[in-house]
Amino acid sequence: MPRARRRVNGIDVFMWGLRVIVAAIALIGVVATLFTGRYSLSQWFDFAMFGLTLGSVYALIALGYTMVYGVLRMINFAHGDITMTGAFAGYFMASSMARNGYFESHPGFAMLAVFAVAMLACITIALLTERYAYRPFRHSLGQAPLICAIGVSFVLQQTVRGMFGSGVKSYPTLSWHDVVLEFGGVRVPVVNLFVMGCAIVAMVGLYWIVHRTRMGMAMRAVSEDKNAASLMGVDVDRVIVFAFTLGGAMAGVASVCYALIYQQVHFFMGFAPGIKAFGAAVLGGIGSIPGAMIGGMFLGLIEAMGPALFLDGLGIPAPYQLRDVIGFLVLLMVLIFRPQGLFGEAMAKRRA
Amino acid sequence: MLLEVEGMTLAYGNITAVRGVSIAIPEGSLVALVGANGAGKSSTLNAISGLLPISGGAIRFEGQSIGRLKPHEITRRGIVQVPEGRRIFGRLSVEENLLMGAFSRKDHAAIAEDRDRMFELFPRLKERRRQVAGTLSGGEQQMVATARGLMARPRVLLMDEPSMGLAPLVVEQVFETIQSINAAGTTVLLVEQNALMALEIADHAYVMEHGEIVLDGAGPALARDERVIAIYLG
Ligand SMILES: Nc1ncnc2c1ncn2[C@@H]1O[C@H](COP(=O)(O)OP(=O)(O)OP(=O)(O)O)[C@@H](O)[C@H]1O
Ligand SMILES: [Mg+2]
Repeated sequence: MPRARRRVNGIDVFMWGLRVIVAAIALIGVVATLFTGRYSLSQWFDFAMFGLTLGSVYALIALGYTMVYGVLRMINFAHGDITMTGAFAGYFMASSMARNGYFESHPGFAMLAVFAVAMLACITIALLTERYAYRPFRHSLGQAPLICAIGVSFVLQQTVRGMFGSGVKSYPTLSWHDVVLEFGGVRVPVVNLFVMGCAIVAMVGLYWIVHRTRMGMAMRAVSEDKNAASLMGVDVDRVIVFAFTLGGAMAGVASVCYALIYQQVHFFMGFAPGIKAFGAAVLGGIGSIPGAMIGGMFLGLIEAMGPALFLDGLGIPAPYQLRDVIGFLVLLMVLIFRPQGLFGEAMAKRRA
Repeated sequence: MLLEVEGMTLAYGNITAVRGVSIAIPEGSLVALVGANGAGKSSTLNAISGLLPISGGAIRFEGQSIGRLKPHEITRRGIVQVPEGRRIFGRLSVEENLLMGAFSRKDHAAIAEDRDRMFELFPRLKERRRQVAGTLSGGEQQMVATARGLMARPRVLLMDEPSMGLAPLVVEQVFETIQSINAAGTTVLLVEQNALMALEIADHAYVMEHGEIVLDGAGPALARDERVIAIYLG
């Protein structure tokens, strides 16, 4: 449909003003920071390294949002908490193996077991959520599915809290956890490499499944046109289950990685990374798989480098406390200025 | 009868779109369903395909009722629709679109053979097999849609306005393709706005108006029927 040329109105002027102000603040902060030279090159490298590590976790979680959105056009707001259940499952597996010394004697196998248990937990919870909370509401109009998703999020948090308490549980320490490798002057914690490696393996696997298997192809077809796909003989319900399974598997990997980075689990731990990964998915263009990966990495980098880069130069005290604020600000800016994300189409506006 | 619609009624909310429609499609025939915009042709096809629930009447395939089956189950029985507006998967490659057409089949060797046959039938598609289908021209997209439908090796092919939006020369090609598909043994139910052309090639045809069948008869005879001519040319 040809769109009538819009006249410039007050809101446009305000939005442009906002853009200019945000850009100016960021620019002044960056220039000031770099001018004072407070951070050495190797410190910047550390920031970037941490950013990519965190970003790969966000990317894994974001993939769950994006795939479910692709097939259902729905934001699975419980996805952050589904990730949390995986972290708990992994924690129990890890601590029991730490107690009987298995973690030290067979570190590789133990890590695999932790991942397997966490992935299994996330997939199970994701599928139960889909079957009993989302499917009955799939054809109802309005915001019912969304409200249901928020409800599931609370149910998961409160259930875990009720069963395992509200305290922070610390992850068993692994002997290799604090090892730092040095390559020609730059120091790289092994944990960071491990997390990034796991994320890359998981994402390559996912990409292969989505692009090289029958079900992956069916999933891409369903996310374009559900009815047309069903006319091809695709059982749409099965594809939706498949998308939740893949998303759950990615969340499982992410949950173990996240717990390894912060070395603790907590019933509310899914909330912040969940919201941020959702932002990353939107940033990359929700529904787009490469978009989720890149959006996650980008958000991780912004969060890790942002405080030093933008805030330090502005003379803001304790910029690192504001890491989450930066993350959420980026999400807000994306929703305001580029709701279709970097690679995607606008949410809810796809296909008339 | 291979496929039989009997006294079918269906509604969108409280608007009745199709009322008491009966259509009989013998094995191997080419049946046309024509009518003006909004007559209820697509609704009829979508009901047969299981995309729309029917509120009255019956749909039978080889004597068995299929009115309650889901769309993918109906496709797997061999009733395949090439929907209106092509509805190809724009972000999948041309070849993937064809493979999607064969999604309900498990005979991998035969699928590869059929794909090659489609590339013979539509050489344009072979040149563009790795290209993302959304970037093809309208005529090429219709080729993808038709080829994708054929990849299912349908018993019955339901085609909804395959000529829509195509240049006259391409329309003729599409009609030739439909005839050769039919000659090769596939039963076809063809919905067309291009009524006279469709009637010429149809063994039997139904004329639909305001959700009801108002006329039916042998295709070429209907093409000369003054009531039809009055509707379409008057
Ligand atoms: N999703 C819908 N909701 C409500 N009414 C609908 C819907 N789809 C179709 N209709 C109505 O049902 C009637 C029949 O529509 P249908 O699409 O079956 O007609 P058609 O014969 O295929 O027309 P065309 O030649 O334009 O494709 C029309 O009056 C239309 O407005
Ligand atoms: Mg129609």
